[in-house]
Amino acid sequence: MGLSGPTERRTVSYAPESQEGWVATRLDFLVNWARANSLWPMPFGTACCAIEFMATAASDFDLARFGMERMSYSPRQADVLICAGRVPFKLAPIIRRIWQQMPQPKWCISMGACASTGGMFDNYAVVQGIDTIIPVDVYVPGCPPRPEGLLYGIRMLQEKVKNERAADKGTRDEMEPDPTSQLYIPPSVIDELGEPFGNSVNQTRSGL
Amino acid sequence: MRTGASASGGEPTTQKNISHRGEPANPSAQALQQKFGGSIKRVEVIWGETVVYVDPSSVHDVIRWLKDDPSQRYDFLSDVTAVEYRDPEVPIEVVWHLRSLPFRQFLRVKSQLAKGKPLEIDSLYDIYRSADWLERECYDMFGIRFRGHPDLRRILMWESYREGFPLRKDFPLRGRFSRSEQLRQALAQNPEARYSMEELSIADAYAELPQEMRDRLSKGERTGE
Repeated sequence: MGLSGPTERRTVSYAPESQEGWVATRLDFLVNWARANSLWPMPFGTACCAIEFMATAASDFDLARFGMERMSYSPRQADVLICAGRVPFKLAPIIRRIWQQMPQPKWCISMGACASTGGMFDNYAVVQGIDTIIPVDVYVPGCPPRPEGLLYGIRMLQEKVKNERAADKGTRDEMEPDPTSQLYIPPSVIDELGEPFGNSVNQTRSGL
Repeated sequence: MRTGASASGGEPTTQKNISHRGEPANPSAQALQQKFGGSIKRVEVIWGETVVYVDPSSVHDVIRWLKDDPSQRYDFLSDVTAVEYRDPEVPIEVVWHLRSLPFRQFLRVKSQLAKGKPLEIDSLYDIYRSADWLERECYDMFGIRFRGHPDLRRILMWESYREGFPLRKDFPLRGRFSRSEQLRQALAQNPEARYSMEELSIADAYAELPQEMRDRLSKGERTGE
C-alpha cells in the first residue's frame, strides 16, 4: 500500500446484508473524515526519536499538512499518543496513566525500534516494547525513523481511522488481558518461548 | 599539572602528546603525602591525570583538607562513582573527581573497599552539597553506603526496585527476574506515593503557601489524579 494508492478505500463500503443503513455509513464517513484529518498528537518523546519527531513537525516535513499541527501536551485533549523513544520500567506506570487519561477515541503510534521492541536496550531497565503496557495501532520501524517513515505511519493510521465504524463497539473497549481467552498467552510462556532466541549479548540460539 | 595558572602566565592550552605514564604529578599529591603520610596509599599518573589512593577511613579528612586549605582549594566535586573489577580479589574502588577552579587543577581520589565486607564509606555531603545526588546514584548502582548521607535512597531506579545493584559485576544484564515479573513490578509501582508535594515544590515557595493548604499537604493529601 503506497502513499498514493488507497484513494478508492476512503469511502466506507455499504454492505446490503449489514444492519447499517445509508445514513449510518455516510455519517461514519463524515465522522471518520473529520477525525482522521484532525488527529492531535500527544508527543511522548523520551529519546532521539523525539528529535526526528520535532523535525517531522517542523517546516520541512510539515506535519500540519495532515491536520496534526496542534501538539497536545495534555493527554486530556489528545487523540494519538506518539511514543518516541525508549521507555524504562520507571516510566511504565506513567505512560500507562497518560494513556488512561486520554479520552476516546484514541490511537497510539509506537515510533522507532526502542518503543516497539526495546531495540538495542535488551537490559534490566527498559520495557521490551510499549505494547506490553498499552495497545499500539501503528509501529514505525527505524532507529530513529526518518520523518518520511513517521509520516507514512501517520498515513496508515489515518487509513485505519477512515475505515472504522461507529457500529463496531469493540474498537472502543479498553480491555485488560483476559486469561480465559483462547488468544491469551501468559507472560511466563512468552518468556519461555523467547528465551532460546537470545539477544545481542546472549546468543543462545547459535549454541555458543 | 600542566595547565596550572603558574605555568607561564599566558593563556592555558591543552597539551598534546601526553604519554601514558611518567607525566609530572599534580603538586597536590605531594602535599597530601606530606600532610597525611600513611593514609595516602600510592599516587599514580595516568595520561597526565593524577590518581591518589587514600585509605577509606581518612577520605573525609583528606578531602576536607583539599577543599579548605588555601593552597589547594578544590572547591568543585564533579563526580562520585565507583569501579568494580571482574577479578573477585580486586577491591571495589570509590572514585571522587575534584576540581580546583582557582588553580585550574584536577585531582582524582580513589579509595578501595574490600569485597565481602560491608561497602561503607563516609559521605562528603557536609563538604560538598553536590555529593547528595552523586552519592545516591553511586548507592543505587553499586550499593555503596555513604555514612552520614541525609537521604540515601535510590535515584535512578525506582524506590521499590528489588533486584539489587545493576552495575555490579554479578548482576545479570537482563536483570534477575523474568520480563513479565519486571513489568508486573514496574506497573504495580505508584509514582505519586513516592514523592511528596513538599518535594516537588520549591522549598521557599512552600513556606509561602496558606497555612490551611500546608496543613493539608503535610497530611499527605494527594493533589494529582
